Amino acid sequence: MIDIGLGHYLAVAAILFTIGVFGIFVNRKNVIILLMSVELILLSVNVNLVAFSSFLGDLAGQVFALFVLTVAAAEAAVGLAILVVYFRNRGDISVEGANLMKG
Amino acid sequence: MLATLAFWAFSGVLIASAFMVVIARNPVRSVLFLILAFFSAAGLFVLLGAEFLAMLLIVVYVGAVAVLFLFVVMMLDVNFTELKQGFLSYLPLGAIVALILAGELVMIAMTWQTSPQAEALRAAATPEGMSNLEALGLILYNDYIYFFQTSGLVLLVAMIGAIVLTLRHKSGVKRQSVTAQVGRRREEAIEMLDIKPGQGIGE
Repeated sequence: MIDIGLGHYLAVAAILFTIGVFGIFVNRKNVIILLMSVELILLSVNVNLVAFSSFLGDLAGQVFALFVLTVAAAEAAVGLAILVVYFRNRGDISVEGANLMKG
Repeated sequence: MLATLAFWAFSGVLIASAFMVVIARNPVRSVLFLILAFFSAAGLFVLLGAEFLAMLLIVVYVGAVAVLFLFVVMMLDVNFTELKQGFLSYLPLGAIVALILAGELVMIAMTWQTSPQAEALRAAATPEGMSNLEALGLILYNDYIYFFQTSGLVLLVAMIGAIVLTLRHKSGVKRQSVTAQVGRRREEAIEMLDIKPGQGIGE
């Protein structure tokens, strides 16, 4: 078997990122899945940061991954709160009606 | 050898479960696959020697974020089959864009070469003879203390924002009003009556 290098981890992160983008493309109506796709994209960024940190011997990358994790958690909390309020007002969670929100 | 095997296993499960998150028909299944994806990513982090982040991923993502997602999915009473409409119409374009993007990114990733100057440009070189947790703590609390404080602030703002957004005052619920209680005066609380013996106060 071949040795696992930085490139392999980067490739995994790239595929994960693409799956996240794909999820945003195909789940146009379901905001919950959209938020999960954003989480996947942030996870792929974290994999990138940690892989570089590990292979270059630079711990700063892991510190940044920690901050990305923090922001992702905050984003999920606020996003889901907005989703709950949106559902309460409209009775569904389709994004296609979101352009009706005015003022 | 074992590490190589573990890498393929973890990354395979990670990608497969991430794909299932996106295409699953039932959002509850999506959340459960998201949890599996986070676990696999934590496994990759352990392979990379970032034990603290791996544990953090399990505690924060699986323990908090994914459960929050599960909570919201189960709380909202939505017809989820209706939400899957349009999935097939967006599928071809999405697949084409995703395949092109994935191909390009993977080609870049697999041909990555580290610059010879990269060693000298490190912001915080990993110290020798120290556990990952110890080294990370030293760097986080010494060099990145302001960022650390700011991330705490971000979480505080997010918490307050989420509470403010979802707080709802129901009408028709009796509540205690402390100002009304404390601000009550003698004149409006007590009425003095002069009652004759044997008559009572009946009108």
